[in-house]
Amino acid sequence: MVAVAARPPRVTGRRFRSVTLGAAGLLGFALVLEVAPRIGIVPIDFAPPTSQILVTLADQLGQESFWTALLRTLGTWANGLLIAVVAGTAVGVLLGSLPLLHAATATTVEFLRPIPSVALIPLVIVLYGPTVRSTLVLVVYAAFWQMMVQVVHGVVDVDPIARDTARSFRLGPWARVRYVIWPSALPYVMTGIRLAAAVALILTVTGELVIGSPGLGKEIDNAQQSNAVRVVYALIVVTGILGVLINVVIRQVERRVLAWHPSARAEAVVR
Amino acid sequence: MRFLLRALLAVGLPVVLVAAWWFGSAGSQDFYWPSLSTIVDAFGRTWTGAMFTEQVFPSLWRLLVGYLLAVVVGVALGVLIGTFRSVRSLLEPVLEFLRAFPPPVLVPAAILLSGIGDRTKILVIVFGCVWPVLLNTIEGVRGRDEVLSDTCRTYRVTGLLRLRHLVLRAASPQIVTGARQALPLAIILMVISEMMAANEGLGFTVLQFQRGFQIPEMWSGVLLLGVIGIVLSLLFRVAERSLLGWYHGQRAGQREW
Repeated sequence: MVAVAARPPRVTGRRFRSVTLGAAGLLGFALVLEVAPRIGIVPIDFAPPTSQILVTLADQLGQESFWTALLRTLGTWANGLLIAVVAGTAVGVLLGSLPLLHAATATTVEFLRPIPSVALIPLVIVLYGPTVRSTLVLVVYAAFWQMMVQVVHGVVDVDPIARDTARSFRLGPWARVRYVIWPSALPYVMTGIRLAAAVALILTVTGELVIGSPGLGKEIDNAQQSNAVRVVYALIVVTGILGVLINVVIRQVERRVLAWHPSARAEAVVR
Repeated sequence: MRFLLRALLAVGLPVVLVAAWWFGSAGSQDFYWPSLSTIVDAFGRTWTGAMFTEQVFPSLWRLLVGYLLAVVVGVALGVLIGTFRSVRSLLEPVLEFLRAFPPPVLVPAAILLSGIGDRTKILVIVFGCVWPVLLNTIEGVRGRDEVLSDTCRTYRVTGLLRLRHLVLRAASPQIVTGARQALPLAIILMVISEMMAANEGLGFTVLQFQRGFQIPEMWSGVLLLGVIGIVLSLLFRVAERSLLGWYHGQRAGQREW
């Protein structure tokens, strides 16, 4: 009994230690980037110290153009992700539940999927010019495959016993989707969304950088062209923070949505 | 019969799609959507001979060097970080932060730091591709079999022998997963580093065709990039099968059992 009672504080103690160490790591990282340019390991003109980047970042936060760019980037990302998730889920469920269709499209998918989305850049520039639509095409193309492949796996992965049970109980098609396919595919769906969200952010920024559609990427490119070195770094940091936030939010949603799932419960017990 | 049916299913749709493109676009007068035969014709004209050795080959070379460097660095650091718990706690938030950057934003910073030479492009590829390899290696090293670890300790298997037969072997499925995730990133970074910061290379050339409104040549470039993506992913699968044959065999055996 005593041992059981003594366990929780020890776990939190370890947790506390790892949080402290992690904070120390982040601080040390910032410090290295502060000192390295100052003592001349990297050229200070082209790699400003952390403090200067942060000052520039604070300055950017006060500017309207920054917020417009940020909102545009987020808008493109969210739209692209939404389209890819909906389309990927629809196609994935269809392919996953019709084995013949799956077999007939397998090679085509295997051929289309590795085509790098950036290969489409010249094409969309010619067709749509430097617009949000061009970037959206790239984002949707890249994120769609991530989503679709996961959903197909999820639907195929349905437990045969559950499927047979549903058949024995004469569940209708809708009830089967709701009570058999959906719960078993959900972890895959969440993984798909997480992967697709990361890829969508990469392609959103890529499109803005290379195609020149409005957003943070374009601002970075403009700043680099006009040699505003600190602004380049400040905006890069913003994209990094954006990446972290997206990751954290989706992981939280994942944990909440899958709280009932054995994998999530096992994780909760271990940690 | 069964085999025939399967083969038909495998090649049926691709053949239909290509045929539809070929005949649907035949005699196309649309400036932006040339016929497939024109594109194929342009492909033969554009990408053979000097163009290949001067534009395509250097790009592929940078891709290969950057990618392999990323894998080596990722595995080495991953083994180091995965082995020591405190190092892991210290670096995990930093790594999570660095990984969250969309890698293409590094291109402008890299241009500022080291110009538009080969070094910049390789640097960008390495920095973008190292994260999936590194984080997966850490997980793999951490998740190694306890019994095998203890066995190694009991038999006093240490040093390189232990690294090769226990640590790397245990982490190899995860390492391969990381390397697979890194491959498309490497291609993306190769292409856009050339689109943004180059006066030669595949990405530059394709964008140049677009700027010059050489539409069939541009389409052939898009096609070439697609083919490169497909070929690399096939090569990766072959390499994976020979590297991880033992693992897939083990998994299949467990399933049957």
